[in-house]
Amino acid sequence: MSAVLADMPETVAPATSKAIAPSKGGRPWTFYVLATLFGLYVIALYGPMFCIYILSFQDIRGGLVFPMKGHSLHWFVDLFTQVRTGDVKGSFDRSIKLAVIVTVITVVVSFLAGLGFRKRFRGDTFVFYMMIGSLVAPGLVLGLGTGLLFQALGLNASWYSSALGAQLSWTLPFGVLVMFAVMSRFDHVWEEAAYDLGASRWQSIRLVMIPVLAPGLVAVALFGFTLSYDEFARSLQTAGSLNTLPLEIWSMTLNVTSPSLYALGTVTTIVSFIVIGASLGSIVLIQKKRGSQAKG
Amino acid sequence: MQPSSSSAQAPSRSNLAGWLYVSPLVLVLVPFFVAPILVVLAASFFATDGFGGLTPGFTLASYVEVLHSALTLKLYLATIKFTVLTWVFTLIIGFFVAYFLVFHVRNQLLAIGLFLLCTVPFWTSNIIRMISWIPLLGKEGLINQALLAMGVIHQPLEVLLFSDLAVVIAYVHQLTIFMIVPIFNSMARIDKKLIEAAIDAGASRFDIMRLIVVPMSKSGIALGTIFVVSIVMGDFFVVKVMSGGGSASVVSAFYEDVGVLQYPTAAASAVLLTLVLVAIVSLILRTVDIRQEITR
Repeated sequence: MSAVLADMPETVAPATSKAIAPSKGGRPWTFYVLATLFGLYVIALYGPMFCIYILSFQDIRGGLVFPMKGHSLHWFVDLFTQVRTGDVKGSFDRSIKLAVIVTVITVVVSFLAGLGFRKRFRGDTFVFYMMIGSLVAPGLVLGLGTGLLFQALGLNASWYSSALGAQLSWTLPFGVLVMFAVMSRFDHVWEEAAYDLGASRWQSIRLVMIPVLAPGLVAVALFGFTLSYDEFARSLQTAGSLNTLPLEIWSMTLNVTSPSLYALGTVTTIVSFIVIGASLGSIVLIQKKRGSQAKG
Repeated sequence: MQPSSSSAQAPSRSNLAGWLYVSPLVLVLVPFFVAPILVVLAASFFATDGFGGLTPGFTLASYVEVLHSALTLKLYLATIKFTVLTWVFTLIIGFFVAYFLVFHVRNQLLAIGLFLLCTVPFWTSNIIRMISWIPLLGKEGLINQALLAMGVIHQPLEVLLFSDLAVVIAYVHQLTIFMIVPIFNSMARIDKKLIEAAIDAGASRFDIMRLIVVPMSKSGIALGTIFVVSIVMGDFFVVKVMSGGGSASVVSAFYEDVGVLQYPTAAASAVLLTLVLVAIVSLILRTVDIRQEITR
């Protein structure tokens, strides 16, 4: 999705390229077959999610399956007031804070790494494969290793130290991969022009690269925030005594059999949708502003 | 990402700059990816008192135990079964969804919009998306209700939820996006003129698919495969929740081992799994240079 977000400048401009061959007149039969497949895929993708959003609005008689039993906000109130469901409020708080920290670090570190990988340097392949390794390694195993490491060093595992690092080992590879896609569309002529006009390296980064790459950096931030906010496997052994939200959800799936589980799902998805909407919205806004400036 | 001419002239300076830019990345990956892996590797050779205490030393006892256990083979077979099934379904769905978006949707802005529609759930919680199948697949779920109402079945189907079927459904639901994105990317790079030329030369729709689209999407398929295989093989919570405890995979057994503080056996099994994973990923990497692919 990264490359597509980065592609948007070209595509917001009048689309010149057309779909292949059957551009004259009617659609081939394959269109209808594939359109049906696509429709079914989207329904299967969103359908179940919407089921639990709907079911979370039942009243006190509500169960885990349809049909709906009344409608109320009972389970949302229950979620934030009941003690037996655990510390939802506290974990929600921690998850947001952690996600913000992870986002900031991910954007800065990925941006710098993206700059570094533009030119070959001795050992770059090693760093690249280390990053790929960090991406594909089983999260639970890495989490356990981090937990044992902290234990061996006599440090306390907590969400802002060991879990932060464990999550970064997951968000940074994604961030750098997105930066690759973004950078490959960056025209080096602009940077050279800045140097020719006497800009320092820092000035060219601050005044040329960051503004030009802004939409890509927003995409990196989107990945950083959402991947951290939903991260589970790597946090399990590293978060210490205080849970993050996904860990709280995990323990609820094992012992809560009321719609408050669904209510929590609805709440966390609303947060995700707000973040996604804000990110995509600001990318589109930046592109639009740019488009109108270019025309004006 | 071509080696620039300046790096040939001043290799040491460009090496230094490159390392400076990637140093923050390395400073995160070394303590939170390399070190944890080494800790797990070390722990696999340690002896244990059975209560979580580790005695530094060198013994292959854990490996002997893991390799001699009949359970290990069963776990690997189960994991491979889930991996292959998930890979086949995500590949088929992912390939045709990407194909539809690239070659059948004529309006580019619409294609981007539909693509984002597919990617939005990726940025929401995996656990929530997984439990959202409960109201559908459960014994009193929507699917059973519908089938009973239509008179297709007279007893509710019990194999829908808490079964291997449910595990595969949850995997395909979560991971198809990892196929769609890279395949979409490589398909979008296919020059449409190539396909027009093929049509002019008398190629059939099937020929185009077989001789142009599939070969040129190979790198996307390879990347998607790496994601899907490594995630399924490293997963434990989908297996644990969706099978209702009835099935286990290598990592879910690892999770149980950690739960009862059997660190060395867990570590030995993790090391073996990592070796298998590295072997699979490097086999895939032999068919495609992903670094070139990603940074191009």
